[in-house]
Amino acid sequence: MSLRRKTSTKPVHVAVVTDTHTPGLSTLRMEGCWKKDNSLPQASQVAIPQDASHLVFDCDGITEWDSGLLAFLNNLLDIAHKRNIDVNLDGLPEGPRRLLRLAQAVPIKETDISHDGGGWVHHIGQKAINIINVTLAINRFIGELTIALLKFCVGMAHTRWINVWDQISKAGYQALPLISMIGYLIGLILAFIGSIPLKMFGADIFVASLVGIGVLRLMSPVMVGTVMAGRTGASFAAELGSMNVNDEIDAFQAMGVSPMDFLVLPRFLALCVMVPLLCLYSDLLGVLGGMTVGLFYSNLTYLEFYKQMTSTTTINDLLVGVFTSFIFGILISICGCYQGIKCGRNSTAVGQAATTAVVSSMVCMTIASAIITVLTVILKI
Amino acid sequence: MENNAAQSNCPIEAVDLTMAYGTRVIQHDLNFKVEKGSTFIIMGGSGCGKSTLLRHLVGIQKPAKGHILRNGRDFWTCSSKEQDKIRQTSGIMYQTGGLWSAMTLAENVAFPLEEYTSLSRREIREICHLKLALVGLAGFEDFYPSELSGGMQKRAGLARAMALDPDVLFFDEPSAGLDPVSARRLDDLIIELRESLGTTIVVVTHELASIFTIATDSIYLDNRSLTLTAHGHPAKILQETTDESIITFLTRGEGRKDAK
Repeated sequence: MSLRRKTSTKPVHVAVVTDTHTPGLSTLRMEGCWKKDNSLPQASQVAIPQDASHLVFDCDGITEWDSGLLAFLNNLLDIAHKRNIDVNLDGLPEGPRRLLRLAQAVPIKETDISHDGGGWVHHIGQKAINIINVTLAINRFIGELTIALLKFCVGMAHTRWINVWDQISKAGYQALPLISMIGYLIGLILAFIGSIPLKMFGADIFVASLVGIGVLRLMSPVMVGTVMAGRTGASFAAELGSMNVNDEIDAFQAMGVSPMDFLVLPRFLALCVMVPLLCLYSDLLGVLGGMTVGLFYSNLTYLEFYKQMTSTTTINDLLVGVFTSFIFGILISICGCYQGIKCGRNSTAVGQAATTAVVSSMVCMTIASAIITVLTVILKI
Repeated sequence: MENNAAQSNCPIEAVDLTMAYGTRVIQHDLNFKVEKGSTFIIMGGSGCGKSTLLRHLVGIQKPAKGHILRNGRDFWTCSSKEQDKIRQTSGIMYQTGGLWSAMTLAENVAFPLEEYTSLSRREIREICHLKLALVGLAGFEDFYPSELSGGMQKRAGLARAMALDPDVLFFDEPSAGLDPVSARRLDDLIIELRESLGTTIVVVTHELASIFTIATDSIYLDNRSLTLTAHGHPAKILQETTDESIITFLTRGEGRKDAK
């Protein structure tokens, strides 16, 4: 390649020659090495006379060419076409001539795929219709899930226990290392942040109450929810989505096995059971984390910490937390499975589904925890 | 089977079928019958809605308008239980195989048997072995779909489709992505199945070699007028049609060679 370039250093040149005997005829004389890394001229820079009606080529001087020449000529043909100039390609070397014919042949339009145009009114309308359709689809999904759940309760669903156990193990004990670390650190961080101002007031002891109420009521469910949304919710969406791409969901439907029964319900049940259990586990580790700070930073004794915590933290704090995480489990599984089942049939859609599953479950969880917090205040739980 | 035959001997019929995604019409006003024991080909250019039609025929997608009759009964007016029953009388081989990737081949084939029959474990295992042997995959029982080549996945998909001894077998692009020899072997297998089991076979394809080898009946879906423009044996269609796009399709654009 480099050798050839050295031998053909003849500069690229293009010029328009007009013939006084035949008015309107322009000849494009081209010479040099027309390769794309030789800084070629642009087609629009070629000065074709205003009165030109015919264009022919004289290309004897072209030593080498590649797609750079073709791109130049293709653009030139487009310009000529716009100006109604008749182009005769016979003067070109055979290769470019044939390729240009191919490129200039009008492509056959295969199908009428109408692309929706329309202005901003159309756009807003379309968005509104989409929102309604999505809302309806989610409602339908939740309805179908409820029916599947009822069918499961009376033993009529195509659900298999083995799949439920499988999902429980995937969502549950395989998440334990992660939950352990995050649960412990959250308790630790909360206690640290709390104990600094508490120390200033000499109220070190209250770090135990802070950890007890903070971790059990809110921090542990929220952290477990976040981890599960990112870990399990996304995997639900991606797994079901790629099953959709691969016709696997169709295969279930065509066999008369509802994907709700066989795919969604085991995942739903698994999260309903496992998220609260993981939350309990994370409660334990969070309190341990807080206690570490209490014992070593705030210089409390174990007994002081225990007494303070049990006197200010009630069983209700724990129950509210577990209930919240139960709701989170429902939300994560619904968001993940819905996105997976409704996923489009290509790989971009699978990625999109996983992202949307995580984002939507985060949003839903935030709203849910806000509602639960307000309710507990009103109900004085 | 006997019961079905009493009702009607036409396993599938489309009446004024219109298919659409939202407001975009894919094909409209399709009317055709699939005769029992025939090999029925749905042909047409890319994107004309062949696979969508298949999804309608097997009952996974609801028609925008019109009816799908299965054994003389309107599929979408049946109760969901009856729909499931009808679905069990048809087997489908998908373009990509459609095997459940979380299960081994044996589990894939066993699944419909476990769901819909009361056979013992041993009997199911024997049937799985037989079906996999029929498609030339004996000994691959414990392989996962991802461990197989594309052609093997397709054949495994066929084994699963045949698991419940269906009355109708559907094939979505059976030879797509296969080398010519494997494609030919699959065609032979399809003919063999029809002749030995008497199964009605519906094939979506645009593979000309297959079309002329296996078809006994066919329809051509046009992607300009969005409806079916020819019905009959493909060789006969080619002989009689005046429609330029069908001739182009059936001769790869070379035009009809008049033998006389």
